[in-house]
Amino acid sequence: MDEAQVDRILHNPKFKEMVAKKRNLSWTLTAIMLIVYVGFMLLVGYNKEFLLSSISGGVTTWGIPLGLGIIVLSFILCAVYSYIANNKLDQLNEEAMREVEAITHEKGPH
Amino acid sequence: MKWNSLKALAASTVLMSGMAFAGPDLGAAEQQPTNWPAIIMFLIFVGATLFITKWAAKQTTSTKDFYTAGGGISGFQNGLAIAGDYMSAASFLGISAMVFMSGFDGLLYSLGFMVGWPIVLFLIAERLRNLGKYNLSDVVSFRLSEKPVRTLAAFSSLVVVAFYLIAQMVGAGQLIKLLFGLNYNLAVVIVGLLMMAYVMFGGMLATTWVQIIKAVMLLSGATFMAFMVMQGVGFSFTNMFEQSIQVFSKVHDLSLADAANIMGPGSLASNPIDAISLGLALMFGTAGLPHILMRFFTVKDAKEARKSVVVATGFIGYFYLLTFIIGFGAILYVANNPQFLDVAKMAVTGKLELVGGNNMAAVHLSDAVGGDLFMGFISAVAFATILAVVAGLTLSGASAISHDLYANVFKKGQTTPESELRMSKIATLGLAIFAMILGILFEKQNVAFMVGLAFSVAACANFPVLVLSMFWKGLTTRGAVIGGVAGLVSAVVLIVLSKAVWVDTLAISDTPVVPFNGPAIFAMPLSFFCCWLFSITDNSAQAQAERKAFDAQFVRSQTGIGISGASDH
Repeated sequence: MDEAQVDRILHNPKFKEMVAKKRNLSWTLTAIMLIVYVGFMLLVGYNKEFLLSSISGGVTTWGIPLGLGIIVLSFILCAVYSYIANNKLDQLNEEAMREVEAITHEKGPH
Repeated sequence: MKWNSLKALAASTVLMSGMAFAGPDLGAAEQQPTNWPAIIMFLIFVGATLFITKWAAKQTTSTKDFYTAGGGISGFQNGLAIAGDYMSAASFLGISAMVFMSGFDGLLYSLGFMVGWPIVLFLIAERLRNLGKYNLSDVVSFRLSEKPVRTLAAFSSLVVVAFYLIAQMVGAGQLIKLLFGLNYNLAVVIVGLLMMAYVMFGGMLATTWVQIIKAVMLLSGATFMAFMVMQGVGFSFTNMFEQSIQVFSKVHDLSLADAANIMGPGSLASNPIDAISLGLALMFGTAGLPHILMRFFTVKDAKEARKSVVVATGFIGYFYLLTFIIGFGAILYVANNPQFLDVAKMAVTGKLELVGGNNMAAVHLSDAVGGDLFMGFISAVAFATILAVVAGLTLSGASAISHDLYANVFKKGQTTPESELRMSKIATLGLAIFAMILGILFEKQNVAFMVGLAFSVAACANFPVLVLSMFWKGLTTRGAVIGGVAGLVSAVVLIVLSKAVWVDTLAISDTPVVPFNGPAIFAMPLSFFCCWLFSITDNSAQAQAERKAFDAQFVRSQTGIGISGASDH
């Protein structure tokens, strides 16, 4: 790829759309994960009493479902990403790739 | 108390006064009789894996085969192998032992390990696959100056590998000591020799298949253990927690109210700074672990890389749920069973001590719920786990030495594939010897704690440079090198000066130089800051060219175009 090709790819509307959609998806999910986990660690650091308090009078504390819930949430977020990437983005991706490949296969100076 | 107190799990998580156990005879607890089922199962595993190694050796003729199994692993297989890398001795033995000794704190560790995965998937996996060839150094030096950036990436990878290796070697030594009644040092040497055989002859292909087989065995064994524990409490978590608290209070000589503290965070993160630091290290460390990142190059494209993360995350999450149950199961079935207690040691320390060390909680539980034969199986699996993980670590260490330092930095790319392959085998030999020596030196460390340190260095030195090189156009060679060095040096120095190393391992003085134990909260932002500052102030012609090269890198990271050309060397 030479510079002109890179430039054309970067300005290709399909490529731009694909990148923007991927970026939105990635950062939204990253933000959810970070907020949940950092929030939980702040609770661990600053409010142990809450995590140690009983949910309904029994021995099970709030810490247990929250902790186990984060493990489950991690997987769910991965599955969501994969689902959207496979079903919603892939078609767009393929179209963008076709156009990008067409650009890279053009030989010579522009 | 700080989170370094983990390394002496038994000691610090609960304040125990001397426990008076009605005395089972000392002899029974001191040494396990030779466990033939375990030895036979282990030998079968070793035989099978060596057979695979022999098969893999025939397929492994080029450097590409050696480092990435020729790129021919499927997404699902790779997912299992990644999960296998994650389900290490530290996870299986260390976390279940942590739950066994302090309850909820063990869950905190597995949480941190877990939440790194989505981040890897969303931000790193696909771009990494599109940009790199063998390892993460390829990615960070994609548009930056080869020599300094690659050298740095190789060194910080080696530091991470070293910490991680120590943890695994210690776990292996303790396990074989318990299982075979062998001398600890001898056990470490056996592990070192076996892993050397896998890596040196079978490369990534053998390493991956050893990892896959072990992952399946471990998941099956852990599932059975968790099932038996849940069956014992009538499939009720409430029952399990209630009974565990009662047993815990009895064996640790605590009031019921104090024992109930195992249901919430304890000493692992006793102050907020340590809590957040630990969280950052575990979360972002995953995205900087060289032996994990290396696995993304064994699949054919970004889509398979994505698939492998989803598969891996599913298995890892499931596995952590199991270790949580297994840890509580160990409280129920191991803590109050004289057969598993090291009474002689308890008389000296006044704490709860298990035969073979407290990291053996899961192994003892397998005996309690499944009998000798099953314990043999679990011991063999646990040992296999360590072998498989050290093999992967050694491979990534070898790639840092031969592919980065030797081929690209020292020889400036002027090597033949044969000489690079030969060098990687020499590096494997060197790393194996190094691992054996350190494994012997660090015998007393808790394995999960050592892994925590490896994650800290990965998060502080590798992660900032890796992520900025892929996401920030402004990063220059100068910024990357200074930022990476700042992260690496500050993380290592903070670790050395902390209580765990300064006081407990090196025994230089009685008080640690720095009061906190997780370096990540300081070292990671420092690294990011240095990358940024020394990049934006860099106005050299080279820096301009590097910024300009970002566009082409960006296109490649999104599309993977040009990827096959790069792989064909």
